[in-house]
Amino acid sequence: MSEIVLELRGITKSFGNFKANDNINITLHKGEILALLGENGAGKTTLMNVLYGLYKPDQGEIYINGQKVNIQSPLDAINAGIGMVHQHFMLIPVFTVTENVMLGNEQVKYLDVLDRADTATRIRKLSDAYKLQINPDALVGDLSVGLQQRIEIIKLLYRDADILIMDEPSAVLTPKEVGELFLTVRSLVEEGKSIIFITHKLREVMEISNRICVIRAGKVVGEALTKDADVNRLAALMVGRPVDMNLTKSPLRAGKKVLEVENVSILGRQQKAEVNRVSFDVREGEIFGIAGVQGNGQTELVRALVGLIHPIEGRIKLLGEDITKASPRRITELGTAHIPEDRQADGLVLQSEVSDNLILNRYYLPPFAKKHLIQTNAINQNAAKLVESYDIRPRNPHVPVAKLSGGNQQKVIIARELSRPIKLVIAAQPTRGLDVGSIEYTQKRLLQLRDEGCAVLLVSTELDEIMQLSDRVGVMYRGSVIAIHNTSEIVKEDVGLLMAGVDLTNPQKVLTSQQLVDKSV
Amino acid sequence: MKKNFSMKSANNAIKIFFEEYSKTSSFYILAAIVLGFLFGAVLIILTTDAVYAGFRNSFWEGIQVSFRTMGKTLESIFVGAFGEPKRIISAFQNGDPQTIRIAINPFFESLTVSTPYIITALALTLAFRSGFLNIGAEGQVFMGGIAAVWVGFSTHSLPSIIHVPLTTFSGMLAGALWGAFPGWLKAKTGAHEVITGIMMNYIAVLFVDYMASGPLRDPAVFTPQTPPISEHAQFFRFFEPPIRFHIGFFIAIAMVPIVNFFLFKTIWGFELRQAGLNPQGAKNAGMNTTKLTIMSLALSGALAGLAGANEIQGISYFMNSLNFTSGYGRNAISLALIGGLQPVGAMIAALFFGFFTSASKFMSLRAGVPHHIIPVMQATIMFFIATPALIRTIFRVKKASSEETLITKVSI
Repeated sequence: MSEIVLELRGITKSFGNFKANDNINITLHKGEILALLGENGAGKTTLMNVLYGLYKPDQGEIYINGQKVNIQSPLDAINAGIGMVHQHFMLIPVFTVTENVMLGNEQVKYLDVLDRADTATRIRKLSDAYKLQINPDALVGDLSVGLQQRIEIIKLLYRDADILIMDEPSAVLTPKEVGELFLTVRSLVEEGKSIIFITHKLREVMEISNRICVIRAGKVVGEALTKDADVNRLAALMVGRPVDMNLTKSPLRAGKKVLEVENVSILGRQQKAEVNRVSFDVREGEIFGIAGVQGNGQTELVRALVGLIHPIEGRIKLLGEDITKASPRRITELGTAHIPEDRQADGLVLQSEVSDNLILNRYYLPPFAKKHLIQTNAINQNAAKLVESYDIRPRNPHVPVAKLSGGNQQKVIIARELSRPIKLVIAAQPTRGLDVGSIEYTQKRLLQLRDEGCAVLLVSTELDEIMQLSDRVGVMYRGSVIAIHNTSEIVKEDVGLLMAGVDLTNPQKVLTSQQLVDKSV
Repeated sequence: MKKNFSMKSANNAIKIFFEEYSKTSSFYILAAIVLGFLFGAVLIILTTDAVYAGFRNSFWEGIQVSFRTMGKTLESIFVGAFGEPKRIISAFQNGDPQTIRIAINPFFESLTVSTPYIITALALTLAFRSGFLNIGAEGQVFMGGIAAVWVGFSTHSLPSIIHVPLTTFSGMLAGALWGAFPGWLKAKTGAHEVITGIMMNYIAVLFVDYMASGPLRDPAVFTPQTPPISEHAQFFRFFEPPIRFHIGFFIAIAMVPIVNFFLFKTIWGFELRQAGLNPQGAKNAGMNTTKLTIMSLALSGALAGLAGANEIQGISYFMNSLNFTSGYGRNAISLALIGGLQPVGAMIAALFFGFFTSASKFMSLRAGVPHHIIPVMQATIMFFIATPALIRTIFRVKKASSEETLITKVSI
């Protein structure tokens, strides 16, 4: 194997009593793609922040090319040849690519005049060398998310980084863009760069990496060459127990229509149509998936379905009743369960106790309230029961929800929403940010509801999740549902193309606004 | 756009402060009180001429005089707040009612002074619990006062049993309306209740000033003030003069369990508390946050209005905007915080504050210590109580923003 470019020895970092990193040893070879695999909160990001000089480790040493280095700040890290692509880009949209790249490291001609031409030439060279296809004169705001990510990469290359850290780089991309990212990553490696790829997605790990390092609870629990690795074993290592990754779906027994959405349009914040004449329906006993890249109108659509905002045109019917202008309470009372996209902002009152959160939408009904008085006993009984049956940890229902892990917070919402008679479940990004164990739990619960005859609307940006769970899939692109298919009759790649707005009948073309309106189903 | 953003971050900072403040234990509060006293003592020593004179003679004498001054001050605070034990005993032995009344007056005067603080501290506690800083309580006190005066003097024919509650309720109603308006603005336009509240305070004070010197002026008196309210509208006083102790104190005390019950035992209180902590989540759970915003500020305003009516019906009987510079609404902000946002805590804090305030008048007379020391000590105690949370807030806000700048710096 080739030389070692980076070595972390015995890195330990504690926050109070909590050991985020516990004696971690990692090596990175030249020209290697090392996947750092672990659940949220496993300590991946802490480790990378240590490497990047954002945190000071309690113990441990960092060696670059065999030399011990002392990284005190990100500047030291950059000088040592380490670069990081953050999940959220740090770009200025009104600047050109060149200006963004040179920002903070400006090349000047005489009299401090910016030398844009020289920088642009270097960007062009880098772009050609790594097949990035970046036009240095383009305005960043006009570029797609995938291209913006490439600018972040160019920024690092421009600063001569040899070791690139990518923090969940695929989280914001369409499936097509992920494919392009992987091409870029490979060409970077061909040119001798070394890459640490942080992710919790097993599929990506298997596809892109050379070597895998699994981190759980701040410790390295397993290392393997990718060609020798087994997905189920990796998942078990990540979670710390065997995980059943295969979902078994019983045959579809769809009944009558529960939710009917007809020609619904919604105005967003800037008086711009965020949702454009969308129509679909969800029937009893089926999971209807809405696929789409984040920010294509799904959020607004869900908010309208649960009554938080009202459409400007169209009709929404629930069990035959028109709920277009109904209040959230009315919609809840009709039997809608809502698992919101932003669970901390919309789904919970973080500082309140678990027991209060478990009745947040039913506190005014018996047995929790009698004659407008809160019945503490009933609330406590309900909490004790749900904490037990939904396996919410810790078992104490009187701690603030804020103290629970993301997975357990989600369980609080699921327990509250599903522990009453329901006809329709609206689940928006139900597994986002959850660990593998909680994802497994949440997905199985949705399937179980479907089998019980509930109508399930699943909104997710995770294409795999949509394909695995849903019976029918609608693809949202720029506010329109551009296609609806039975999941069994369409391949994943085509759904991916649709998510990027590609017209399947003419794959060279991306749908224009006019076509979008015409194609609205 | 930019303004919007800073508004939002200011809002966040307030949120973080409350979150941090809720971690403050009662031990800190006690420690802060002790520290406040010590600081006050040092201040007293530094401002007393006799101490300097003593130090000029000899160091030892200076120390002695310092301790004597401190002892005298503490004694006078106690006597000012509770009365002089020796005098009370001899007055009771003597048996002369007038002497007894004068002897026990300090204690009852302290209770009387505490009354409006108790009510306004409850008002602020209720608002805080609903997620609002009702800085407009001051104006609501004024509006409650002027409404009570108007209803109180405009008729003399009603029997007390009707006129007293009618006057009180009109004060509460005025306060509620004055509080509901910023609530309505907040719910409909998003205007921050602190900004509108401060503006409404100015309007209220100037409005009361105008009413007292214009439409409602008593032509029989030279100074601009309203006529006194009817005797039938006055609160019952338990003793002959000079004791002013009136039934308003018991109304204030009764409000403590009522507010407590409302907040923690009714579904409205549940709604207010949840919406106070996360309005978005509450809305999503089907609560009507528009209604809740208006309701919480209206209820808080009703309590503040009650404090205003209490002052009119129990103490002054007429409104003179110069004498009615209450400060109840402003002080109540810190009292509610000291009370840990619990109604009982608010009551204890208000009593403590009231006894102190009442004592300050005696202190300057007896110990020759400027009575301004008392507000300084009160402020110091508040400062010490709020500081741990404040420091944690600053660090949290700073940490969040420094993380951002770090990352920005890096990727640039």
